[in-house]
Amino acid sequence: MDGHTGGLQRGAGGQVVSKSDLFFGFLKIGMLGFGGIAPWARHVIIEERRWLTEKEFAAILGVGQILPGPNTMNAAVMIGDRFQGVAGVLLCLLGQMLVPLFIVTALGAIYGRYANIPWVSAAVVGAAAGAAGLVMGTGLKMARKIKPAPLAILVTVAAFFAEGIMEWPLVPVVLVLVPLSVIAAAMERRV
Amino acid sequence: MNTTLLIQLARVFSVLSLVSIGGVNATLPETRRQVVEVHGWMTNASFADVFAISHAAPGPNIIMVSLIGWQLSGLVGLLVATLAIMAPSCMLAFVVSRVLGRWSDHPRIALLKAGLVPVALGLILASGVSMMRAANQDMIAVAISLLTAGFVVTSARNPLWALTAGMLVNVAAWRFF
Repeated sequence: MDGHTGGLQRGAGGQVVSKSDLFFGFLKIGMLGFGGIAPWARHVIIEERRWLTEKEFAAILGVGQILPGPNTMNAAVMIGDRFQGVAGVLLCLLGQMLVPLFIVTALGAIYGRYANIPWVSAAVVGAAAGAAGLVMGTGLKMARKIKPAPLAILVTVAAFFAEGIMEWPLVPVVLVLVPLSVIAAAMERRV
Repeated sequence: MNTTLLIQLARVFSVLSLVSIGGVNATLPETRRQVVEVHGWMTNASFADVFAISHAAPGPNIIMVSLIGWQLSGLVGLLVATLAIMAPSCMLAFVVSRVLGRWSDHPRIALLKAGLVPVALGLILASGVSMMRAANQDMIAVAISLLTAGFVVTSARNPLWALTAGMLVNVAAWRFF
């Protein structure tokens, strides 16, 4: 593994992922990223450009989840470092933030004027409902492709139940589930 | 330009950056407390507006912090707040990335990564459900969510098609029912 130097690993399809690939890839992810970045990151990184396999992407998101900061921002750091080192990190972060920063300041400037028009709020609700479906569909699709072992499915269901249904605080849930999940992974491997 | 304000912005958000496990939504109550109560930078109502606007825009949800900086102190405020919320957590992620890269052949690191996969899956599904809870006010919105999920699972096409369709359907539903 040449991962310790950071940078210059090949993509899942064996291709070189260049600095401009990273910048424009993340520019697209940020620009499309309505309703959260993760589904769009998955779409661009796995389905469109084949930089990572489904499992590599899920592992990076998982590491990103237990670190402070948005998981997708941490994923951008790790993906940038993997392919192009420090320059890759900076390009991924810049690409991801550039368009959203312009859009949010523009929205902030015009918000007060249009928020009360009914069809505008109907459109916003429709988009938000779609975004929720997008996130769920992405989770289901990842699960289908990764084909988790029986114990891993149990962990997934537990994480879903704790956060999606019970809405327990995230930190203790992660602190309990990650060790259990590691033990489960060790047991599955031994069998 | 108000240098004191900028320094305070930098301090508040760089601390929040290091405790925001689970992203900015997890620290929303603490952010509100700092911005509205501790520093009195915004009223509750304008904080709620900032929250709504930043969730209607694409991109990582930390752009909410950028928008707070923008509203308080223009472009400089936006840059200071954005860098403060990004830099500490990104530097930590960078260090972890290097450590994991160096030790990725080690069986324990491989196990840790394998263990994180199912947890990440469960948390993604959970955030879909809590977004649905926040967005869906009626049966039409629930149907839009479920159909979009179905589209994403069965098709590799760009999900923007499904989002646009959902938006149009909800506007049509408002118009005709």
